[in-house]
Amino acid sequence: MTALPTSTAKKLGLVIDLDICVGCHACVINCKEWNTSNYGAPLSDQDAYGENPTGTFLNRIHTYEVKQPQKPAQTVHFPKSCLHCEDAPCVTVCPTGASYKREEDGIVLVNESDCIGCGLCAWACPYGARELDVKEGVMKKCTLCVDRIYNENLPEIDREPACVRTCPANARHFGDFADPESDVSRMSAERGGMRLMAEQGTKPVNRYLPPRPKADIQTDSDINILAPFLEPVSETPKGLLGWLDKALEAI
Amino acid sequence: MNHHQPDLDTSPEVSDEIRKTTCYMCACRCGIDVHLKDGKVKYIEGNRDHPINKGVLCAKGSAGIMQHYSPARLQAPMKRVGERGEGKFETISWDEAFDIAVKSLAPIREKAPHKLAFFTGRDQSQSLTSFWAQQFGTPNYAAHGGFCSVNMAAAGIYTMGGAFWEFGVPDWDRTKMFMIFGVAEDHDSNPIKMGLSKLKERGAKIVGVNPVRSGYNAIADEWVGVTPGTDGLFVLAMIHVLLKAGKVDLEYLMRYTNAPMLVNMDESSDEHGLLLRDVHGQFMVQDRVTGAPAAFDQKGVKPVFTGEITYQGTKYTPVFQLMTEKYLSDEYTPEAVAERCGITAETIRRLAAELAHVAFEQEITIDQPWTDWKGEKHQTMTGRPVSFHAMRGISAHSNGFQTCRAIHLLQILLGSVEVPGGMRFKPPYPKPVGIHPTPHSYATPGGPLNGPHLGFPTGPEDLALNASGTPIRIDKAFTWENPLSAHGMMHMVISNAHAGDPYKIDTLFMYMANMAWNSSMNSRGVMDMLTDKDEDGNYVIPNIIYSDAYSSEMVAFADLVLPDTTYLERHDCISLLDRPISEADAICDSIRWPVVEPDRDVRGFQSALIQLGSKLGLPGFVNEDGSEKYKDYADYIVNHERRPGVGPLAGFRNKDGSGKGRGEPNPAQIDKYIENGGFWQDHIPEEALFYKPWNMAYQNWAVERGIFDKPSPYLFSIYVEPIQKFRLAAQGKGELQPPDHLREQLIEAMDPLPVWWAPYEEQSVDCEEYPLHALTQRPAAMYHSWGSQNAWLRQIHGTNPLYVSGEVWVKHSFEEGDWAYVTSHHGKIKVPVVRMDALNPHTVWTWNAIGKRKGAWALDENAPEATKGFLLNHLIHELLPPKGDGLRWSNSDPITGQAAWYDLRVKIEKAPTGDGVSQPETSVQTSPVGQGPKDIAYGEEF
Repeated sequence: MTALPTSTAKKLGLVIDLDICVGCHACVINCKEWNTSNYGAPLSDQDAYGENPTGTFLNRIHTYEVKQPQKPAQTVHFPKSCLHCEDAPCVTVCPTGASYKREEDGIVLVNESDCIGCGLCAWACPYGARELDVKEGVMKKCTLCVDRIYNENLPEIDREPACVRTCPANARHFGDFADPESDVSRMSAERGGMRLMAEQGTKPVNRYLPPRPKADIQTDSDINILAPFLEPVSETPKGLLGWLDKALEAI
Repeated sequence: MNHHQPDLDTSPEVSDEIRKTTCYMCACRCGIDVHLKDGKVKYIEGNRDHPINKGVLCAKGSAGIMQHYSPARLQAPMKRVGERGEGKFETISWDEAFDIAVKSLAPIREKAPHKLAFFTGRDQSQSLTSFWAQQFGTPNYAAHGGFCSVNMAAAGIYTMGGAFWEFGVPDWDRTKMFMIFGVAEDHDSNPIKMGLSKLKERGAKIVGVNPVRSGYNAIADEWVGVTPGTDGLFVLAMIHVLLKAGKVDLEYLMRYTNAPMLVNMDESSDEHGLLLRDVHGQFMVQDRVTGAPAAFDQKGVKPVFTGEITYQGTKYTPVFQLMTEKYLSDEYTPEAVAERCGITAETIRRLAAELAHVAFEQEITIDQPWTDWKGEKHQTMTGRPVSFHAMRGISAHSNGFQTCRAIHLLQILLGSVEVPGGMRFKPPYPKPVGIHPTPHSYATPGGPLNGPHLGFPTGPEDLALNASGTPIRIDKAFTWENPLSAHGMMHMVISNAHAGDPYKIDTLFMYMANMAWNSSMNSRGVMDMLTDKDEDGNYVIPNIIYSDAYSSEMVAFADLVLPDTTYLERHDCISLLDRPISEADAICDSIRWPVVEPDRDVRGFQSALIQLGSKLGLPGFVNEDGSEKYKDYADYIVNHERRPGVGPLAGFRNKDGSGKGRGEPNPAQIDKYIENGGFWQDHIPEEALFYKPWNMAYQNWAVERGIFDKPSPYLFSIYVEPIQKFRLAAQGKGELQPPDHLREQLIEAMDPLPVWWAPYEEQSVDCEEYPLHALTQRPAAMYHSWGSQNAWLRQIHGTNPLYVSGEVWVKHSFEEGDWAYVTSHHGKIKVPVVRMDALNPHTVWTWNAIGKRKGAWALDENAPEATKGFLLNHLIHELLPPKGDGLRWSNSDPITGQAAWYDLRVKIEKAPTGDGVSQPETSVQTSPVGQGPKDIAYGEEF
């Protein structure tokens, strides 16, 4: 089986903000668009115009409904791609060494020329973040756009994953979690960034930011703040119009 | 195995070239960077410099590659060889296609130009298409606004000189409370997502008002699951609460609105309900000091808002008093409306109070001096940071116009329009009714129409009626049935033409409008009308010319098909003369240009239309010697002048490119746009950024930029006088009189103050039998009907189940995988159901335009879009159920004619799964483009 590096210099990953993700799939399709013609084999689509279209995606959005007592049901959009785990079981399970975690930045990649498409890694991944490309017979996964983030043919500002660059809601952020001063580390610290299914012990690098507390003009502790805004100036239309005259006089 | 890392090239070449153009995967019109490699499109991303999207791009935009290389693209002009609707065609040359079109159209123009009905869909070239139709001389022209959002647009224009989206935008950087009504996940989607993100970051409160909690509503701080069609009542109840508490911006109302204007209260007067004017035609108010009427803008005059005044023997009352009396009545108390709206009285009161709290306690002040149109100088700009946005969920109801008005009234009462933190206009808006054209419909055989078709009537004299009172237009726009139908009524064209009511036509010419499927109410009925033959075996609608880029359902019904290009192969202009892309801080327009050349025998529809125009010898399209005036659309975009110095594109005018808004044509204009990233923008000066309708710096700047020719300041119309004129006519005043059967409807609907009535379908069916509301929404990842044949997008939304609330689910004992019959007064469909609890309990809904007809769009006949996908359209009729009075009553807003497809009422029952196919099943149409490939692996070649 394949070894993980003892440590990585950087821990590159994503912050995904569930407070603002509207589930628009922008990241899903831009990811597909970039990656189908860049690193490795294309992301193929089977029966593309037919009865059962299925294809390879490196990033997908799942939508759930959450029901809570005394509250209206809530729709939650949950984007999911490889979380570039520190203890990546998909790497250690790989029989050929095709799956590996990069020493310099912690990105988990598949060396497609060594991949035999056995699917063990997809089975080992607790997040379901790997997809076997049916046409090519190799395992595909998020590369964190390794061919963008260091790419000297791109302007510096664009050296970030395609999903981050395209997200209309600014719900995705990219950076180094090994650096406590990085934007992603700070954001994660401030907003209580969560590791997905931490109990699995895979130490995922990506973090999810939980929804912020709902903005509310009236809070429980401040129940009376709105009362003056409901106080009738008069109980009758006539009284109101009289009040109005006086108010206008003051302008 | 030890750790082993292969060598990796982390700096691969991305592309040979980037070409910057404008997206068309929805109507946002974002800027895109198209990466080309070996002449093929490799990657599309957002243009960081573009004013609309600032670099981001949605799923639709990113799926543009699949749209561009779609197997459903039409390949060449075609003429029909089978029966209509079969989809059997023969490929022909463009010369032959033009010959056929000219042979059909030239005689019509010489004898009876109204026999051509020319209607276009979701295209964005209406300034050209309307000009063409005008030169042809037919009164029968419009685009798709009549079933999209004319209520929104018209209510905004009549009330305050602009509405939402293309007209105006919340001040995302300053607003502290934002209410979004009836917007699913589309309509200005990237700007809304970017804006919501800013609000979240600043901790501003977002309130989503929508029966369905998806998309934007999913992340709202508060979700108000309003019952469909009751938003107006909800808003008027909040107005009730605010007025009662005196929480309105009196100074704003006094300065910028017609709140103090005097309304004629004499019921016997011919001017009953109209506003008092002086001999110069200026509005009058009662001066607080003298007690006498005076011109409202006379120096030193301070108006009275209440009471009654007698002037020259007639009694007058200020608008404000009439408004207050109306909304303080018991019918608008939160308690009175709560049950109907599905919102508790407590919530209505609290939201009203929150609005007031933010507007008046969290006021914003910007230290920016400005001068108003009366010459008065102000040292600061005061903002009331509450803002609103609304779209089709509001407008597609039969009470939509007045509901939109109510939302605008609420904004105005809070003093939050065109102020920091509020809703801000985007140039060329604000533009009051008075500087828009009125409708024109006078046709002369062989000559052009007497003016632009569409406009804003200011009274009954502007209706498109013959001397005998019959409609001039085939769609019956601008008639007593729907006087302010400012966008026309495309949804009525086919049924009226088929019925020969008001007359028969010869040729139906349409562009990018899938009328034989998802763009019509009563889709089956429309298919039958298009194929119906008379006793002699001739089609009732004799000729159909259709242009589309793709093999849509409508193509099969055309006699002549003009194949359009994809959006990456064409010239276009996103023009200030049409549907602009400006921002609140800047005037903007943009272009599309062929970033790749077509590999098929297709032409951009606009170029084909221009070429057809010159072959027909239409004025404006030929030179004096009869020769072709414009080679193609690009030539027209650069050289056409609507007024001297003002053309389709505002940027880089004059030979040296220095002209902004005005200037002579610049032959290098398109090159300049390309150099600039496909767009042009010009920032509004700081002192002109707010108070645009009343700010002299803005007005002067707007004149310089060619938006209008003289400063045009105006007041917001809380009370809309042109509407009252129609009501007055219905009450028997004036020479132009409506037919008797419409008097009652006009008196109710044409209320100069916003009002609410129950949706008409609800009034005409038994609501106990049809207890549920049924709606459609657009998903974020699809927009046009072409989205669901896109190989990538159809993997996201390949079917469209009917979502039903938990309450309905339990009541009918539905289980996962179940099917249901859904029945309306008009039809019955069988559909798959899915439970959704984040939903108004009395509402069912589905995604729009995903269901496809078998054989269309180059999809497999067994594609889920064709087997499990379905259209709610089959349940909706363009007419209301018979009332027993022998008359046809339209299923539309009585003011604008907007199709009321959100009024739909249904009942639901469990259905046997059977073959697991949606009903009704429609027969297969032959695909003129074959079927798409089995498997694809895009990008293999790179």
